[in-house]
Amino acid sequence: MLLITCPWCGPRDEAEYHYGGQAHVPYPERPADLDDEQWAAYVFYRDNPKGPFAERWTHSTGCRRWFNVLRDTVSYQVLASYRLDAPRPELPQAGGDR
Amino acid sequence: MAEPTDASPVAPRTSPLAHLADRMRAAAVTGARGVTLAERPFLTMVNLRLDLASEAADRVAKTLGTPLPRECGHTTAAGPYTVVWLGPDEWLVLSEEPVDTVELRQALAEDPGSVVDVSANRTTLELSGPVARQVLEKGCRLDLHPRVFGPGRAVSTTVGPVPVLLRQLDDAPTYRLLPRSSFADYLARWLIDAMSEYRGPEVP
Repeated sequence: MLLITCPWCGPRDEAEYHYGGQAHVPYPERPADLDDEQWAAYVFYRDNPKGPFAERWTHSTGCRRWFNVLRDTVSYQVLASYRLDAPRPELPQAGGDR
Repeated sequence: MAEPTDASPVAPRTSPLAHLADRMRAAAVTGARGVTLAERPFLTMVNLRLDLASEAADRVAKTLGTPLPRECGHTTAAGPYTVVWLGPDEWLVLSEEPVDTVELRQALAEDPGSVVDVSANRTTLELSGPVARQVLEKGCRLDLHPRVFGPGRAVSTTVGPVPVLLRQLDDAPTYRLLPRSSFADYLARWLIDAMSEYRGPEVP
């Protein structure tokens, strides 16, 4: 079970949240100009890194706000959580072989 | 052909837990390990949404007679009103008496936001007694210890699988749980079951 810190409500149990996929995927600036392949890339293609991954979560049974979480996909450790209008925080260089 | 009904158009309203009132009364435990459960039906709840940085926030606070709480878990109170923090731009005004939403909407004026009476959305369960906290801790993962949670605190969380607004009133301790009306039946039965343990002697 993860303990995730909501930027508004503080640390809460994972069961209070819902997952929302990869963060920082901007809507295309000129959607009308996209061909099918580019649309497919925008809609369906996501990163799948081994290590820190920025993803969206929503605090559904709390304040119902969306926010971003940096989570290590290897250890499941929640490294940081930040509001949608905040930039992705820089992480101190993690040791070990990733 | 439509079934004839006996109910007149002005039939008294029925609370979501009226059918469990006797069960809840019978589930009460007395003594040092005492705990009671009851419904407090038909309280007024008004959902309030606005930008805290706008002037509307000041006008609404003036109308309510109390500033809006700014942090998760905090509540403010004035007269019959208790204002509970639901989100950075969302509050719930609880009241034992009817709330004049027209007055609040006038205070909001042309600023973006909303004032909606949502009294029928939730019902109120009151859990009180020396072991009330132990009963809640069976299904609530939040830290309810007095050093963290006390009278005047209110948070949205889950009790068992049911999302509730949990509010502590006093040091008895007395808690008020506000589940959505459709989940109230399940939550009341869940609490009755959780309370039954304290009827017997403590298992060392």
